[in-house]
Amino acid sequence: MTATVTAGPGATTEAWRGFAGAHWRDQVDVRDFIQANYTPYEGDAAFLTGPTERTLAVWNKVARLFPEERRRGVLDVDPGLPSTITSHRPGFIDRDRELIVGLQTDAPLRRAIMPNGGLRMVENGLKAYGYQADPFVKRVFGTYRKTHNDGVFDAYTPEMRAARKAGIITGLPDAYGRGRIIGDYRRVALYGTDRLIEAKRAERALLDARPSTPDVIRDREELAEQIRALGELARMAASYGCDVTRPAVTAHEAVQWLYLGFLAAVKEQNGAAMSLGRTSTFLDVYLRRDLEEGTIDETRAQELIDDFVIKLRIVRFLRTPEYDALFSGDPTWVTESIGGIGADGRPLVTRTSFRFLQTLYNLGPAPEPNLTVLWSPRLPEGFKQFCAQVSIDTSAIQYESDDLLRPRTGDDTAIACCVSAMAVGRQMQFFGARVNLAKALLYAVNGGRDEMTGDQIAPVTPALTGEYLDYEELSAAYDRVLDWLAATYVNALNVIHYMHDKYAYERIEMALHDHPVHRFMACGIAGLSVAVDSLSAVRHARVKVFRDATGLAVDFRTEGEFPAYGNNDDRADRIAVDLVESFMAKVRRHPTYRDAEHTQSVLTITSNVVYGKHTGNTPDGRRAGAPFAPGANPMNGRDLHGVAASALSVAKLPYEQARDGISLTTTITPEGLGHDPAERPGNLVGVLDAYTASGGFHMNVNVLDRATLEDAMEHPEKYPELTVRVSGYAVNFVRLTREQQLDVISRTFHGTL
Amino acid sequence: MSTTAGPVTGRVHSWDLSTGVDGPGTRFVLFLSGCPLRCLYCANPDTWHLRDGQEATVDDVVAEIEKYRPFVTTAGGGVTLTGGEALLQPAFTAGILSRCKELGLHTALDTSGFLGARAGDGLLADTDLVLLDIKSFDIGTYRTLTGGDLSPTLTFATRLDRLGVPVWIRYVLVPGWTDDPAAVDKLGAFLAGLGNVDRVDVLPFHKLGAHKYQALAIPFPLRDTPAPDAALTERVREQFREHGLRAL
Repeated sequence: MTATVTAGPGATTEAWRGFAGAHWRDQVDVRDFIQANYTPYEGDAAFLTGPTERTLAVWNKVARLFPEERRRGVLDVDPGLPSTITSHRPGFIDRDRELIVGLQTDAPLRRAIMPNGGLRMVENGLKAYGYQADPFVKRVFGTYRKTHNDGVFDAYTPEMRAARKAGIITGLPDAYGRGRIIGDYRRVALYGTDRLIEAKRAERALLDARPSTPDVIRDREELAEQIRALGELARMAASYGCDVTRPAVTAHEAVQWLYLGFLAAVKEQNGAAMSLGRTSTFLDVYLRRDLEEGTIDETRAQELIDDFVIKLRIVRFLRTPEYDALFSGDPTWVTESIGGIGADGRPLVTRTSFRFLQTLYNLGPAPEPNLTVLWSPRLPEGFKQFCAQVSIDTSAIQYESDDLLRPRTGDDTAIACCVSAMAVGRQMQFFGARVNLAKALLYAVNGGRDEMTGDQIAPVTPALTGEYLDYEELSAAYDRVLDWLAATYVNALNVIHYMHDKYAYERIEMALHDHPVHRFMACGIAGLSVAVDSLSAVRHARVKVFRDATGLAVDFRTEGEFPAYGNNDDRADRIAVDLVESFMAKVRRHPTYRDAEHTQSVLTITSNVVYGKHTGNTPDGRRAGAPFAPGANPMNGRDLHGVAASALSVAKLPYEQARDGISLTTTITPEGLGHDPAERPGNLVGVLDAYTASGGFHMNVNVLDRATLEDAMEHPEKYPELTVRVSGYAVNFVRLTREQQLDVISRTFHGTL
Repeated sequence: MSTTAGPVTGRVHSWDLSTGVDGPGTRFVLFLSGCPLRCLYCANPDTWHLRDGQEATVDDVVAEIEKYRPFVTTAGGGVTLTGGEALLQPAFTAGILSRCKELGLHTALDTSGFLGARAGDGLLADTDLVLLDIKSFDIGTYRTLTGGDLSPTLTFATRLDRLGVPVWIRYVLVPGWTDDPAAVDKLGAFLAGLGNVDRVDVLPFHKLGAHKYQALAIPFPLRDTPAPDAALTERVREQFREHGLRAL
C-alpha cells in the first residue's frame, strides 16, 4: 500500500505560514514546534477580557440543564448505540452561536454507552437511572463480543479476587476504562490526520520487517487500529463540516481540530481520567499569529478559549452510583497543564495560559477542566500573582512542582488525572489504582486475616499474640504482608492491562502517541498517614490489643503520647518515608506487562472516605469506618502546627520513589492568607514558592468561600478537616458552636447573614 | 529552672505557622507563656501563667525555628514572638531574637508594650518589626479592660519611634469597650505623631477562645459581648485613615 498524502505542500504553506523551526516539519514533534514558535508572556492579567453575550448565551443554554441533571443523576442516555468515534450524528448546544463544535452524542449531556470495558457496568448504569438495557447490545456483548471485564475475570487468580473483594486492593480498572492516557491532541491541529496516518504507516513499515513474534504481531495490529481510528476521526470531523485531514490554518481551526481529536477519545473511551494534556501555549502560537495578522482581536481569542472550555466542562460518561461514591461524584479529570519553565529557562507561560484561567471568571468556577499549574518559583511574577488570585477567588486550581517534573519527564510534561506526569505523546501509563496500607497493617497483626470479616486473605502467618503490640515484631510481620501484597497487586495489574489492551484498546489516544511508547505501571498506596501514625504509636507509646473470641484483633488502646505525621517531626515522618521507599522497592521486584516502568502514587483525592469505610479500628486511634486522610495528607486534626509544618512533612516523601505523584490538599480561609486582602495573593505565592523549593510535589489549594462555610454548618460530616484561621489562632470549624461559626463567617466575609 | 550559669531558658506555650496575620508573609509564631495583663477579651487564657508553659532553652527553640528557615524566608516571612507577653521573659526573648537575626530571619515582636521597659536596646536592635497592641487610648478603659496601666505602652511606642523600629499597631475592636469615637480619634492623633507606624490593623473582637475558658473553668467576661459588624469596623478604620494612617 502506498501512503496517500493529500496535505501536500500547498496545504502546509498556508497552515504553517510564518512559523519558525525545521525539525518539527519533518518529524511529528509538537514540543519542537512550540519551542521554535512560542512567545513567553511576562506581564499581568490586565489584557484579559470578560465573557461576550454570545459566550454567555451558549453557556447559559447548557448550564440551564445542570440542575435537572444533578437531580436525576443523568440528564439523558442513549442506551441502544454503543459509542464509537463515528457512531453518533453531530450534536450542538446552539448551532448558530457555537464557535467550537462537537458533542459526544447527538445532544448535550446525553450520555453514551461504551460496553467494551464491561457490559455489566453499562447495564448497572442504565438500571440505576431507570433505563432499559438494549437487547441487541446485550446479545452482541453478551454473546459475540467479549469485553475487558470478562477477560480480566477469566485470568484473575482466586487470590486476586479475594484481595479485591476484601478491599485491600481497591478501585482497580477491571470493570471500567483505565483512562489516564493523554493523546497528543495538538498533533491533529498542527499536522492534520493525513500526515499523522503517513507517519503511523512509516512506524508500521519498520515492524513489517521484523519477525512475527507475539509482541510484534500485537504492535502491528495496534498500529493498524490507530490508523483506522485516525480515519474515523477525519470522518467524524467531516460530519461537523471540518476537514481535519489537513493542518489547521487559523487559530479558530487549531482550537477546533485539537478539540475534535479529544472528542474522538471521549466518544470511544470511558476512562477514569480523560486528560487533555498541555495545550494552552501550543494554541497561543496560533492565536498570536491571528492577532498579529489582525484577523481576530482579544475578545475573539478569549471567546475561542471560553467555547473550548464549555465543551470540556460537559464531557459525560455513564457510570454507576457505586462508581460515583468511590470517586465522590462524577469526575472526568479533563486535566490541562499550564505554565512551567522550558529546558532553555524561558517560562512556558503565554497569554493563552492566562486565557485558560480567565474562563473561571468568564464562565464561573468549575472543577472541570481540571486546571493544573506547573509551578516554579521562576515563573513570571505576573502569572504567579494571577494564579494566586484565581485560587483565592475560585479554589479551582491545583499546583504541581515543575522543578520536580522538568528534569524527569521534560518540559512538555502533562498531568493525567491529578498528579500523574508523562511526556505528551511519548509516554503513557497503565493506571493501577491503589492498595490499602492501613488494612495491610491490620493483616500483619492478624496473621493475614481480614479485620472486618475474619476471612483469611493473605497467606497464613502467625498472628501477633502479645497484650501490647511490639514494634519490631509488628514491623517484621508488616514487611511480610507487604511483600505478598506487592506481588498480588502487580500481577493483578498485569492481568488488567493485558486484557484492556486486548478488548478495549485506546485506538485514537495511542494514534496520537509515538511508537514505540514508554509505559509506566502506575501503582498506588492509600492510608499512608493511618499506617504511619499507627506505627508511630506502637513505637513511641504503648498500644494494647483487644481481640474477639476468634483471636482477631478488633480494637486498640493507645497509652501515652506519640508523634504524628504532619508536624514536620522526623520521628513520625521518617516512618512515612521508609514506608514509601520500601513499598516501591517491593513493587519493583515484579515484572510488569509490556515492561512498563514501575511507579507509585500517594493519592486518594476522592476515595479516602470509601477506603476508610472498609477498614477496621487502627492502632493510631482511628475508629473503624472513619475516613482516611486524602492522598499524602496527615490525618485530620493531628497536624497541630499549621499548613506549613504539615506541608513540610509531606514534602519529605521522595518523589523519586513516588513518580506517579504525591498529593496534598490544603484548605484555608481568605483570612488565613492575610489580614489585608491586597496581600493575600502575594502571601499564597510565597507559600507555593516555599513548598516547591522544599521539594513539595503537589498542592490543592482550597480557599473557602462563604457558601462553603455555610454548607459546613448544615453538613458538618462533609467537612471533618475544615480549619479556620484567625490571627495566631486556628480552630476546627465544625467543632465550633453555631454561634461561633456564624461569627467566623461574618468575620471572614465582612457581611451580614 | 533557670540557674545563674548555663543556658538561658524560658517557658513556651506552643508554636505555630501562620500566613499574613502575625506580620508579613508566612511566619513561625512562638507563643511564650505568662502575661501580666488580664484582658477581658483575651483569646488565649491558657497562656496567662508562666508556670503552665514547657521549659525550653534558646537552643531548643532555635533548633525548631531553623527547620522552617528556608520555608519562611522563601515565603517572605520570618519569626514572630508573641504570647502571653514575650517581654515577661526578656532574656529568653532577647536570646531567641538575637539568634534569629544571626540566621538572617526577619523578626517580629508582638507585645502589649506594658513591659516595654524590660526590652533592652539590644533586644530591639534585633527586632525588625514590633506588633504593638494598644488595647485602648482611654486610661480608665485601659485599666478596666486589661488590669494594667496605659502609660508604659505609650512610653514604649515613643521609644520605638526614637529608635526607628517599624511598628504595626494592633487595635482590637470590642463593641462598648474600644469603639468610642473620641478615644479612637485620640489614639489616631497620637499614632500620627509617631514616624514609625507602618499600618494599623483593626482586629474585630472574636470569641473563639470561649471554649478555653470553659476548659479552664474560669468565666469568660465578654461572653455576651457581640462581635463588631462590618460597618463599625469600617468606621473605626476610616477614623484612623483620617489621621493619615494606613488602616486595614
